[in-house]
Amino acid sequence: MSATAPPRGNRLTDQFEAGLDAPICLTWELTYACNLACSHCLSSSGRRDPRELSTEQCKAIIDEFAAMQVFYVNIGGGEPTVRPDFWELVDHATTSGVGVKFSTNGYGITPEVAERLAGSDYVDVQISLDGATEAVNDAVRGVGSYRLALQAMGHLQAAGFRGFKISVVATRHNIPQLDDFQRLADDHDAQLRITRLRPSGRGADVWSDLHPLALQQRELYDWLVVNGDNVLTGDSFFHLSAYGESLPGLNLCGAGRVVCLIDPVGDVYACPFAIHDTFLAGNVIADGSFATVWRDSELFTELRSPQSGGACTSCEFYDSCRGGCMAAKFFTGLPLDGPDPECVRGFGEDALAERDAARPVPRPSADHSRPSRARPGLPRLPVLSAGPPQATAPAAGPPVKPCAEDPLAGFA
Amino acid sequence: MEAPITSEPATAAPVTTGSSPAFDRRAPWRLHPGVAVRPEPFGALLYHYGTRRLTFVKDPTLLRVLQSLEGSSSVDAAMVAGEVPPESRTRYAAAIERLAATDMLLPYDAPTGTEHPKGHP
Repeated sequence: MSATAPPRGNRLTDQFEAGLDAPICLTWELTYACNLACSHCLSSSGRRDPRELSTEQCKAIIDEFAAMQVFYVNIGGGEPTVRPDFWELVDHATTSGVGVKFSTNGYGITPEVAERLAGSDYVDVQISLDGATEAVNDAVRGVGSYRLALQAMGHLQAAGFRGFKISVVATRHNIPQLDDFQRLADDHDAQLRITRLRPSGRGADVWSDLHPLALQQRELYDWLVVNGDNVLTGDSFFHLSAYGESLPGLNLCGAGRVVCLIDPVGDVYACPFAIHDTFLAGNVIADGSFATVWRDSELFTELRSPQSGGACTSCEFYDSCRGGCMAAKFFTGLPLDGPDPECVRGFGEDALAERDAARPVPRPSADHSRPSRARPGLPRLPVLSAGPPQATAPAAGPPVKPCAEDPLAGFA
Repeated sequence: MEAPITSEPATAAPVTTGSSPAFDRRAPWRLHPGVAVRPEPFGALLYHYGTRRLTFVKDPTLLRVLQSLEGSSSVDAAMVAGEVPPESRTRYAAAIERLAATDMLLPYDAPTGTEHPKGHP
């Protein structure tokens, strides 16, 4: 990036660590409802939360983004396209000058929707796919999910949507498929995005079995060094920088500083991987506005103050990895001022082994999983096929019971 | 001396236009209409909705130059308006050229019909 580093304190990352008046980008989970039940879901999605923000509340939040000059928002869920007002909200954002990148498992991407999306400069689409083959993908995301994703990718390509994203969470089982993912992206005129598996949400249950082995982390790093220029990573592998060369990106934890998460009921968390009361900064409705939470919450103020690296400070690589991911540490029961569980020097593994068995590992604060989910990774419900575009559906649905099992309850 | 801009590849899509117009600092340039500018204490964030490229302008002086482009007869004139010291103009011109190379800037009289971020004709 730069030829020489200016004195510490004036670097861009130092400024970012002190926080900005508005996030650079933020993630907004629009709904916890989902047609899938991925075993590693960050937000433990499945059922809609009956307190979900209304269309008008969502539009008011978008208006705030526009006023704060948030360039774009990453919309996710759950499966955001199951909200009947989804396209209405996308239109509201784009006409307000707020770009939208939304993550989908392919559910709402019909040929007609793909045509519409291809015509918009302000909308980007991210198709989640966690295996380059049906077997590897469906083991994590559920039976039928590979075909659903590939179908959506086909529709986008046929519509001429170039450069949509194929979003892959790196796991023990798909790291051998990195080249296959790249081919899949090339074949669809798409761009590959690879992010880190976090032990958040239901991911806490499967992290030990799914997270890349130490050798695979090295394989991933080497692959990214060679191929990473055209691969997006959401800055999620900065803990691998300690292998040597920094990977492209900011290489800092942006939680509460340059990024945050808004959940379907308007709760604001420090980052998408930290849905837990410990990282809850406030609520856009209860606190009056998103800007109030972003600028004034105690939690974010604290995150923007100098952080202690604890034992990591003496490590020669601390400046590049910064102690790794806060959420990964938290949900594996490690102290926040110690090493990341996937520390490339192995200190994380040591710390995991030395965990105090008497001290419980924090659990996600809420679970929206459908009760029928008998075992993680093996969803029993059929994957719903892509439905018709719902651009003109009525905004407010009837009230639903908190215990409604249908992920689309209230959306009919 | 640190380069006054940094492009952020982690959020960047490849630039889709085939050839950038030749850069001439004696000619007038302007911000691409698909680019939003958010002033920040360190300078500014530039976001190109077309290429989805986020660029950090790490220097308030460079931001002043960018804001002066509109209404200036050349990049050189914009640097004067932005109070760039004479000895720094080569460096700032290089930064402007990099912004032009990534489509953040357009020659003043370029048609705006080039806003096809996804490569649609």
